[in-house]
Amino acid sequence: MTSAMTLAETSFNFAYLDEDTKRMIRRAILKAVAVPGYQVPFASREMPMPYGWGTGGVQVTAACLMPEDVLKVIDQGADDTTNAVSIRKFFQRTSGVAVTERTAEASVIQTRHRIPEAALTEDQILVYQVPIPEPLRFLEPRETETRKMHELEEYGLMHVKLYEDIARHGTIATAYAYPVKVEGRYVMDPSPIPKFDNPKLSGNAALQLFGAGREARIYAVPPHTQVVSLDFDDHPFVASKADHACDICGSATSYLDEVITDDKGGRMFVCSDTDYCRGGQ
Amino acid sequence: MDLSHAPSLPILSVRDLVKTYGTRLGCGPISFDLYPGEVLGIVGESGSGKSTLLSCLAGHLAPDQGRVLWQGGDVLTLAEAARRRLLRSDWAYVHQNPRDGLRMGVSAGGNVGERLMGAGARHYGEIREKAEDWLGRVEIDPGRIDDKPRAFSGGMQQRLQIARNLVTGPKLVFMDEPTGGLDVSVQARLLDLLRGLVRQMGLSVIIVTHDLAVVRLLAHRLMVMKGGHVVEQGLTDQVLDDPQHAYTQLLVSSVLQV
Repeated sequence: MTSAMTLAETSFNFAYLDEDTKRMIRRAILKAVAVPGYQVPFASREMPMPYGWGTGGVQVTAACLMPEDVLKVIDQGADDTTNAVSIRKFFQRTSGVAVTERTAEASVIQTRHRIPEAALTEDQILVYQVPIPEPLRFLEPRETETRKMHELEEYGLMHVKLYEDIARHGTIATAYAYPVKVEGRYVMDPSPIPKFDNPKLSGNAALQLFGAGREARIYAVPPHTQVVSLDFDDHPFVASKADHACDICGSATSYLDEVITDDKGGRMFVCSDTDYCRGGQ
Repeated sequence: MDLSHAPSLPILSVRDLVKTYGTRLGCGPISFDLYPGEVLGIVGESGSGKSTLLSCLAGHLAPDQGRVLWQGGDVLTLAEAARRRLLRSDWAYVHQNPRDGLRMGVSAGGNVGERLMGAGARHYGEIREKAEDWLGRVEIDPGRIDDKPRAFSGGMQQRLQIARNLVTGPKLVFMDEPTGGLDVSVQARLLDLLRGLVRQMGLSVIIVTHDLAVVRLLAHRLMVMKGGHVVEQGLTDQVLDDPQHAYTQLLVSSVLQV
């Protein structure tokens, strides 16, 4: 623990959670890494923030953090949005670790809904916040049945969802939380990242951990794991983005946010990854 | 159908099947053989054990004793993965209530395509073509392929359920009161359709019903159940025209004549 912490702050254990809880979460993480894409149940704790604010990701991050770590927190790619700021502040107060906005400098990155544009390394951990970990949930409401379907690799239903998309919209209209198959075995919900990011899941050098607090599930994609987006032979997966270049940095390859600038139809496209955009200026 | 040409080996053999609910008998012991292309009707009053028997055969309930032999192996000792694969490939189950057998939130095409996709079909165009073909075969306008089942009438939902089950070309179909809850003219049309499909595809069918008219039209052979036991069995016309058991006589004489 750093000496810079005040008395009030040291009344927390390092990174808020007690050591027994961290050990329980680390065990779940180890199991998740051993079985890529498999949802491992864990005893999710009450956190001092509401469900839906990334309590799953926060618990995983807390279990991974070491005093020498450098933490980066992003929300929709940005370092300065409410969710990112409050979680970053939470870990600054409870663990005293260094924080950064630079993707390359961070050793642990907690993210909501994006994968950073810059390539990650083997020394980095990417922690995702997951609202609903079960990719089959909206088609099959019974948890007992979805577990059985994972167990027996009965994934035909996942394609029914994609079929419905094409039947209704002409193309696979699912634009985020696009289902993937991990190492040819488990079908996984990659959390609500845009499908533009799906190719970055596969073969990524960083350890990718997914935490769902409310649903009490942890799953993982270990480094250099094959992740395939599901599709049809005649409707292949396409990683789509707005057909534009960033209006600030000019990048034509990064994922863009559309920003409405006035009430006369004015709009601009800017990189959703603020650190990447700053680097390109 | 001329049964003299049927192969002599049964497609399904049931031996001494017993299912109890606590101390109360559900059905059994029951033994019978089903031959390829044969339609077996099971009739009886409510509580006679006919639905219990069907559920045991189709793997929805675990029987207490007995064997269900399919292609030389006992289905009851199969691993769960293999049994579920059988249930969505070579076997099919038509529920009495189409809402139990359909996904109400998924379009008609998706409902028919699900078994295909479950079997590994990954070409959207082919799945759709096959779904359209099957909607036509069960007399649903292929133009309604993208409508949800809840937009369909009861009879159409039942026909959709049949298309969804037959699309993968199963060999054995279980039907639980497939015409229950439908009005008489819709029933007649459905029965006509079923008879045609069974004949075209050479399906073996086990059909449970309390409607003697249904078995008269569809079934080659009949089993009459009462209190969990089979009280009489034989060729359908023989059982219905010359019932031997007192209960069968009562059943046949109870049918309202118009």
